[in-house]
Amino acid sequence: MDKRVKNAAEAIEGITDNMTLMLGGFGLCGIPENCISALVAANIKGLTCISNNAGVDDFGLGLLLQKRQIKKMISSYVGENDEFERQMLSGELEVDLIPQGSLAERCRAAGAGIPAFFTPAGYGTEVAAGKEVRWFNGKPHILEHAFHADFALVKAWKGDKNGNLIYKGTARNFNPAMAMAGKITIAEVEHLVEPGELDPNEIHTPGVFIQRIFEGVNYEKRIEQRTVRER
Amino acid sequence: MLDKTGIAKRIAQELQDGWYVNLGIGIPTLIANYVPEGIEVEFQSENGILGMGPFPYDGEEDADMINAGKQTVTLQPGATLFDSATSFAMIRGQHIQLTVLGAMEVSENGDIANWKIPGKMVKGMGGAMDLVASAENIIVAMMHTNKRGKSKLLKNCTLPLTGVRCVKRIVTNMAVLDVTPEGFKLIERAPGVSVADIQNATEGKLIVEGEVPEMVL
Repeated sequence: MDKRVKNAAEAIEGITDNMTLMLGGFGLCGIPENCISALVAANIKGLTCISNNAGVDDFGLGLLLQKRQIKKMISSYVGENDEFERQMLSGELEVDLIPQGSLAERCRAAGAGIPAFFTPAGYGTEVAAGKEVRWFNGKPHILEHAFHADFALVKAWKGDKNGNLIYKGTARNFNPAMAMAGKITIAEVEHLVEPGELDPNEIHTPGVFIQRIFEGVNYEKRIEQRTVRER
Repeated sequence: MLDKTGIAKRIAQELQDGWYVNLGIGIPTLIANYVPEGIEVEFQSENGILGMGPFPYDGEEDADMINAGKQTVTLQPGATLFDSATSFAMIRGQHIQLTVLGAMEVSENGDIANWKIPGKMVKGMGGAMDLVASAENIIVAMMHTNKRGKSKLLKNCTLPLTGVRCVKRIVTNMAVLDVTPEGFKLIERAPGVSVADIQNATEGKLIVEGEVPEMVL
C-alpha cells in the first residue's frame, strides 16, 4: 500500500484550527521536526497538543508557542521553556499536566481500543481530582481515559511506503503509542526505503497504524543537555 | 555532614545484586558512579533504556541517545531500548526493584512532594507519580533542610503531593531515616552530626532508639 506523500506541507493537509494533535518525542529527541515547521508555516491555530514536553523557546513545540498557535498543552513535564511558563502563568495557555506513564498508556489504550483503565499513578494527588477511585489488590487506583487525536505526528528513523517504521535509540519514546492512536497518523522518517529493505523481524510500528509517510529534510536533531565525560 | 556525592555514596550501599534501578534527576543520578564492587545492577531510564551507561566521551554524543534528564548517555553492553508505554509497564508492573528520587518535602507518613510550587514553579511531574505509586522500594535523596534552613522532613507536606504513603527510606546530608507507622526512625547519623542536630532539623516526629551509629562510607 503506497502511503507516501511528497513532503510535510502535503502531509499536514486536513489539519485545521482547533484540532487535537499528538506529537511524538521526549524533550527534543524524536520529535517530528518537519511537521512542526509545516504547522508553523500554515499558521494553524487553536491547537490542543498532546506531547510529553513542550520543546524549548526556539525549537520543537516552542516554535508553535511563540506564534500562539497552541490553545492547550497536555504534557508530563514542561520545564525547559520560558515562553511556555509565561503563557501558562498568565493564563493564555491551558495546561493539563499528567503523569508520564499515564500519558503513554492513554495514547496506547486509544490505539488498542481500550476506552479507559485504572492506574495507581496520581492517587491522593491533585491529578486524581474528580476521577473515579477503585481498589484492586488492596491498593487504590484512579480511572484514566484514553486520549483521542485528530492527527498523530510521529518521527522514525527508517520507514517504507507501507508505513512500517523503525526508530533509533531513545528517539522511540512516545512515537509508537501515538502512532497507534491518531485517527490519521503521519510518519516522517529520516530514510524512506523500498519495501523489503526493512527486516520484518525488526519493525517497531507496523504500517497498519500509519496513513501518510514522507522522508523529512534538514533534520537538526538538537541536543538539549549535551553531557560528556573526560577521556 | 555529607555533600551530594556523600548522599549518593551512602545510597549506593543499598543496591543489591540483580536489581533493576530507576534513578531520578539530580543527586540520584550520581549513584551510578558508586555501585559496590562485585554486584551487578541495571539502570533504567524511563524514556526507554535498560542498561544505561556513562556519559559519552566528547565528540561521541548522539542526539538519539539521551536519559530522562535529556542528557546525552551511552549504553552498557547488553542494554535494551523500548518505547514509553513499555517503560512504564516495567515501572507500574513492579519489575523495577528500586526507585531513588529527589524531593522538596517528605512527611512522616511517607507522603512526598516534588513537582510543583503553586504560583512559582510548575514544571510537571514527569514520571515521578507513576514511579512512587508503584515502586515497592523508594528511597528519597535530598538535603535535610531547604535553602532557607527549613526542615524538609515534615509532619504533613505543604506542597502539592506526588504520592501518598510511599517513601520507605530517606538519605539526607545529615542522616538515614526510615518511614515507620510511628514517624521518622533515625537509622544512621552522617559523620560529625549529632542526634540533637538531626532533631533540630526535623519538623516531623523523630524516633531515636538507643545508640545511633555513624554512617560508614
